[in-house]
Amino acid sequence: MRPLTYSRAATVDDAIALAATSSASAFLAGGTTEVDLIRAGVSGTDHLVDINDLPLTDVADRSDGGLRIGALARMNDVARTPAVVQRYPAISRALLLGASEQLRNMASIGGNLRQRTRCAYLRDGVSPCNKREPGAGCAALEGLNRGHAILGTSEHCIATHPSDLAVALVAFDAVIQTAGPDGERAILIDDFFPLPGATPEVEHPIAPGELIVGVEVPGAPIGRCSVYVKYRDRQSYEFALVSVAAALETDDGIVTDVRLALGGVATKPWRARRAEAALVGGPADESAFRRAAATELAGADARRHNAFKVELARRAIVRALRHVLEGTRP
Amino acid sequence: MTIAKARPGIRGPARVPVPLDINGRRHVAEIEPRTSLLDTLREHLDLTGSKKGCDQGTCGACTVWIDGRRVLACLTLAIAASGHEIVTIEGLADGEELHPMQRAFIEHDAFQCGYCTSGQIMSAVKLIEEGNAGTDEDIGEFMSGNICRCAAYPNIRAAIREVRDRGDGAA
Repeated sequence: MRPLTYSRAATVDDAIALAATSSASAFLAGGTTEVDLIRAGVSGTDHLVDINDLPLTDVADRSDGGLRIGALARMNDVARTPAVVQRYPAISRALLLGASEQLRNMASIGGNLRQRTRCAYLRDGVSPCNKREPGAGCAALEGLNRGHAILGTSEHCIATHPSDLAVALVAFDAVIQTAGPDGERAILIDDFFPLPGATPEVEHPIAPGELIVGVEVPGAPIGRCSVYVKYRDRQSYEFALVSVAAALETDDGIVTDVRLALGGVATKPWRARRAEAALVGGPADESAFRRAAATELAGADARRHNAFKVELARRAIVRALRHVLEGTRP
Repeated sequence: MTIAKARPGIRGPARVPVPLDINGRRHVAEIEPRTSLLDTLREHLDLTGSKKGCDQGTCGACTVWIDGRRVLACLTLAIAASGHEIVTIEGLADGEELHPMQRAFIEHDAFQCGYCTSGQIMSAVKLIEEGNAGTDEDIGEFMSGNICRCAAYPNIRAAIREVRDRGDGAA
């Protein structure tokens, strides 16, 4: 593990100023990804700015019925906050189905969104990886790619974004708030996660020294009936092969609003807009759900080991929507 | 030993004195900021009860409590734990009197090689305190961050159930 300097920030301004003392600074919140990647030799961080003393842990009401989640709120605390459980059950479930109890006690909301889009070839430090070394190639394309993406892929990278939380947040059009050397800004979550394209090393629009301070979840009555389903190789403490955040509003059997987002299958938290468009205005029934799921997966780019995800994702979408429609818990 | 004298507020990368409150006692470790809490416990403070399995947050063998919550010592930098209350497996017994969870693990033979055991016990005590030990399914779900490669899971669950049902397992 490379040598590090360490500082502890007392205020947001302090954190931004401390981060500016090195071009390879990183903020330390829960550390569950950052410490791991520094130790693995994947992260070039040489100065950690500990932000855990900053007062960014609250989950507060917004006037539109939504929530503002502090960047340093811990996964477990947010998952068990009554307002989250009641208004956005998909967010609560997504958090509780991620990682382990110990990691959820440590990991922050801001850190969860800043975790790297990654696969084993990035972590191993030796295989060709365009994220680690732009232009080096991608070992996953012809390698072991069972866990890799089938949506949003490029010939340069097919790693999946690992966050469950981000999948639920993208379904509700969350907005990420930051503070940095150039002031504050708000970034729509869908814009926060770029597709890999020819530059898979670019994983977010955050500038050096810019800090996530909170996440705004707009008020959405549809959120109250939302579900999050997750399918994986073992029952607990595992990344998704496929996950789905879903919510549905109907009027006399006709879909008036729907939210669908996918995890485990895409290079970013994937808002299933094609499926949503296919559903709105039509009947809320099983065959419509199947057609919408097929529409979303029509452009899937499967590789040698992950072709099974196409059918698994279709079925997961149908099952999630059925749970919402019938009011049953996955 | 070199004690770094850098810009105000920035410490390291050489060794610096780091005060740590562990099991109710103040220690001062001379460590580099990059040193994990786990390595600090084991290599610097002679507290070897917390085990290093994977050193990447996967196995749970290094589970300790910080400010009353179970966390992983391998992914915690010791310097970041300064100012917080740390409890390790060495702090669980009351003198010579084992904690009820430690006794239950012995009674139920809840281990084979024993390497994961201190992490299992530190996790299990919190599991009951958190109120998530209601069913075997819950125990499996909320203990999933503690891997036992000997697969002593049935006996671990039995030990947890006993402490849960006796109601004397509070930390």
